[in-house]
Amino acid sequence: MEQLLNYFGENMEMIYFLILAVLLGVEVISNVPAILHTPLMSGANAIHGVVVVGAIIVMLHAAPDNYLALTVGFLAVVMGTLNVVGGFVVTDRMLEMFKKKPKKS
Amino acid sequence: MISLNILEICYLFASLTFVIGLKMLSHPDTARKGNLFAAAGMLVGILATLTLYQTFDPDKMVNYILIGLGLLVGSVIGTVMAKKVKMTAMPQMVSFFNGMGGACAALIAIIEFQHHDPAMVSSLLNGEMLVMLMGLVIGGVSFSGSMVAYGKLEGKIKDKTLPFNQIINNSLFLVIIILIIILMTGQSINNPLFYVLMVLALIYGILFVMPIGGADMPVVISLLNSFTGIAAALGGFLYGNKAMLTGGILVGSAGTILTILMCKAMNRSLLNVLLGAFGGTAGGVGKSADGEQSAREISISDTAVLLSYSQRVVIVPGYGLAVAQAQHSCHELEKLLEEKGVEVSYAIHPVAGRMPGHMNVLLAEADVPYERMQEMEEINPKLSQVDVVVVIGANDVVNPAAKNDPSSPIFGMPILEVDQAKNVIILKRGMAAGYAGIENELFFYPKTRMLFGDAKDSLQKLVGEVKAI
Repeated sequence: MEQLLNYFGENMEMIYFLILAVLLGVEVISNVPAILHTPLMSGANAIHGVVVVGAIIVMLHAAPDNYLALTVGFLAVVMGTLNVVGGFVVTDRMLEMFKKKPKKS
Repeated sequence: MISLNILEICYLFASLTFVIGLKMLSHPDTARKGNLFAAAGMLVGILATLTLYQTFDPDKMVNYILIGLGLLVGSVIGTVMAKKVKMTAMPQMVSFFNGMGGACAALIAIIEFQHHDPAMVSSLLNGEMLVMLMGLVIGGVSFSGSMVAYGKLEGKIKDKTLPFNQIINNSLFLVIIILIIILMTGQSINNPLFYVLMVLALIYGILFVMPIGGADMPVVISLLNSFTGIAAALGGFLYGNKAMLTGGILVGSAGTILTILMCKAMNRSLLNVLLGAFGGTAGGVGKSADGEQSAREISISDTAVLLSYSQRVVIVPGYGLAVAQAQHSCHELEKLLEEKGVEVSYAIHPVAGRMPGHMNVLLAEADVPYERMQEMEEINPKLSQVDVVVVIGANDVVNPAAKNDPSSPIFGMPILEVDQAKNVIILKRGMAAGYAGIENELFFYPKTRMLFGDAKDSLQKLVGEVKAI
């Protein structure tokens, strides 16, 4: 328990950061027209793909002969990239369609 | 170290683009730029990690090659999938990508767990362990849950409720908590319980989504989306990585708000959705047609005449429109009617389709102008002046039981009050109940006519008929 408290104590800065980020997220998202809910969800989905940065760090840490870590890390990088790239491309495709305003007809 | 400072600045930049990008995504005019902006920040973050996180070590060539390969493979597959997916399949695509992110977070936790070699264990803080375990559990639940949601929306997995599903889920949840506590306080290295925990998290994800009905899937996807965000943030906490922390937490909180907004639109609590109340209790509910009631059909040609000689027509799209891929035919009909001087607009219920905004995306794909899509609050007061409402593949969102039958499971949900209009035409494949499994008395109203058949097929025939008039 003491260790746990120590951990929190040492990471207080991060915890403040965390709380403020939560409030920021709430603030940013409020008052979104329903029309944008799906693209927004999709865009947010792409943003949490930032987890791929963690996968890269894991790979950088891994010893070159630790094949298990390298394999699992490789999988993590692939999946994280899928999340990022796929997420942003899908969102862009959705939003592209909103761009086409009536001008054409 | 100069390079580490530059790295931190890159992360700061990435975090800023996430915040600003998300903000821009919430306004129609800036949304697309916002998305690209966040993507650019992401690219900077990834490149900076690759080049600045540690000085290049020739011994680790294999690692670099594998990272490069991973990024390449992920990018190619991701782009192809995202480009090829049909607009109607968008929700499950988002769910799939979300699952990938969750899996990534869980895998990171697994490697980190193994990384801590025995020599370092004395310095292994319990707090760090907690962060790791939570990353594993939340990432795992998000992965398996998203995959089930994906399968359900693809129609590959049916809704299933195990007997005592709720009790099983709760006990599983309890076991997971106990395991986390054991692992946190335990001293042993590479405790096999860790893998038991992983498997349990995966099972929990499956059981968690399994009983939830198709109509509630968007809520679940949104919730899992915020789960993955939290898992990513936990990873950031582990490494003291601010970009991961901001990105993850932003999505975690934004996703939660979005989930709550969606539940509100259906006038249900999140708990209610998660317990799968529609599927569970709504079995034979409501005034399931008193037997004598019968719906009246209308022919294609009568519909064409009725529409052509109306002044105001409102189209209510639902999931059926997406399934039948009828958005283009629908737009064609709308244009034809406009040429004939009929005022046509679309009434979009906030939870029509499988995701909020699903219908907007779909109609936009067919070039329907933005201004013509009206939200529920906007159009409801005007519905009494409308001559014909055409309901295409929607059901629960126009069910008057939500207003006047307190015993109905959807009672209290705001609906499009189409029964105010002079005529209602319902395009539907058959008399089956909607996703909520509730009889819709609207179908039996005297002013309602049914036009049975595949939505696309009916609309195409209608276009032909209207042209002929």
